[in-house]
Amino acid sequence: MSISPAPLGSRAEVLRIEGVDKVFGGTVVALKGLSLTVNGGDFISLLGPSGCGKSTALRLIADLIHPTRGRITWSGGQAAGDLGVVFQEPTLMPWATVAQNVWLPFRLRGKSYASVKDDILEALKLVGLERFQNAYPRELSGGMKMRVSIARAMVTKPRLILMDEPFAALDEITRFRLNNDLLALKDKIGCTVIFVTHSVFESVFLSDRIVVMAARPGRVIRELTVDAPYPRDEDFRTSPEYAAHCRAASDALHEAMEGEAA
Amino acid sequence: MSIVEENTSAVSDVDDEELRRRRARKIDKIGKWTLPVVVLVITLFFWDRLVVWNEIPHYILPGPGLVFSTLVADWPILFDALLVTLQITLMALAVAVIGGVGLAVLFTQSRWMEMSFYPYAVILQVTPIVAIAPLIFIYVDSRIAGLLLCAWLVAFFPVLSNTTLGLNSADHNLRDLFRIYGATRWQTLRFLQLPSALPYFLGGLRIAGGLSLIGAVVAEYVAGTGGIGSGLAFRILEAGYRLNIPRMFAALILIAVTGVVIFAGLSFISHLLLRKWHESALKREG
Ligand SMILES: Nc1ncnc2c1ncn2[C@@H]1O[C@H](COP(=O)(O)OP(=O)(O)O)[C@@H](O)[C@H]1O
Ligand SMILES: [Mg+2]
Repeated sequence: MSISPAPLGSRAEVLRIEGVDKVFGGTVVALKGLSLTVNGGDFISLLGPSGCGKSTALRLIADLIHPTRGRITWSGGQAAGDLGVVFQEPTLMPWATVAQNVWLPFRLRGKSYASVKDDILEALKLVGLERFQNAYPRELSGGMKMRVSIARAMVTKPRLILMDEPFAALDEITRFRLNNDLLALKDKIGCTVIFVTHSVFESVFLSDRIVVMAARPGRVIRELTVDAPYPRDEDFRTSPEYAAHCRAASDALHEAMEGEAA
Repeated sequence: MSIVEENTSAVSDVDDEELRRRRARKIDKIGKWTLPVVVLVITLFFWDRLVVWNEIPHYILPGPGLVFSTLVADWPILFDALLVTLQITLMALAVAVIGGVGLAVLFTQSRWMEMSFYPYAVILQVTPIVAIAPLIFIYVDSRIAGLLLCAWLVAFFPVLSNTTLGLNSADHNLRDLFRIYGATRWQTLRFLQLPSALPYFLGGLRIAGGLSLIGAVVAEYVAGTGGIGSGLAFRILEAGYRLNIPRMFAALILIAVTGVVIFAGLSFISHLLLRKWHESALKREG
């Protein structure tokens, strides 16, 4: 079976999750019956209270843990560099410069710095940090570190980028700016993203599909579509459309949290 | 220095509070160097007076002046001895680094290895070297090899335990990232675990530097035999038999200075390696 993956930017299916359960230690049901099809260009948010299995879902997709039941399949198979990941913390190597950090995914595939220098500089340019390529992470602000982390995740032009609450630890102003920039990026390179968040506003602003999840056991209770066209900008944030979507997502989230003690 | 001056001239209207803080910082800085010197001078003065006023004979307690002139007069003998001790110390430290880091890497690569051998590394560490040393000199023919082995036994454990801790304390998200990118074991070791372990290793190295000197001196006390190729410890023993107390003090001072120099040197190396990125090497105001 050697179907080659669809070219970047196509809307073809990237990944399919079918009836996946994850049980930890035989008793903790972290995820039950997760099914999701990810198509090229999708921006999917997983929205839910903490403990509903959002991170578990991402770790399953990244193949760091294996499903107890069900299947996860990449259409056309998965190759090195098909996946980029951004964690809640920037997760940079403090002993390496910004450029060396972005080099990492290539370096682990045996590529010399010189051979991928252009890709690294382009990725840094996309996140607005080309002037900081020789800086060390400690010299950067929290938002800038996160940008480096994003540059590293997309430098290989992956078919799918996973982001696990990447902006949760940042202040609101920085978070808004990074939200805008992330969408601008998506517009430019047409990446496919699964984005974990517990912020209703963030999920509505960023995504075209919102998967609302509930805990104990972790499961999907609602899937919403945000049909506002990209590119979205600050005007979208103040539009009645945006407010309506936020209300719908917020209602679904309340439903997800019903019966939970606050 | 020049940066500080620029800043003071650029910002002219600083308030009294800030001026007071700056003065306090300056005094602090000067005190850090002058106070130990003052303590040294006072101690030497009273040591000298104690000897003179009580007319203590030099074979019981020599004055500081006599110790210093002995140090100068006996310099050829003492310097040769210093070189021998230094050689043993540095060789032991080198072997401790190679052995400690090597074992640590082996332990993190194979849990079986760690489970099998770690307990024995601990046993070697907790058994006092003075108790093991006589045995070593029975079974090891070469004097140098025996001394080296003793010093190594004392020094390698901090390197081993610190490096093991460091190799295992790599950020777990970075570990995941390496797995996602399909890194090999070797790549994970080389690009993630070894750099993460560097600050821990350097901490162990500073301790090991002092310990290898202690190991070398203790081993020499046990080994005992003299003549050509004897270190400082033997010179102290020998001077003790002959009641040459000033020389004992002179040799003792040399050992102490050696220890300080080794510690300072290793601290400097550590600073050079970490200054760009590690918290411990960063200078912050306040
Ligand atoms: N490695 C693990 N071992 C045991 N339980 C786990 C493990 N990882 C996650 N869990 C449990 O699974 C549930 C979902 O966790 P997680 O996916 O981290 O939630 P979220 O990211 O939505 O906050 C939680 O109840 C958590 O305690
Ligand atoms: Mg989580």
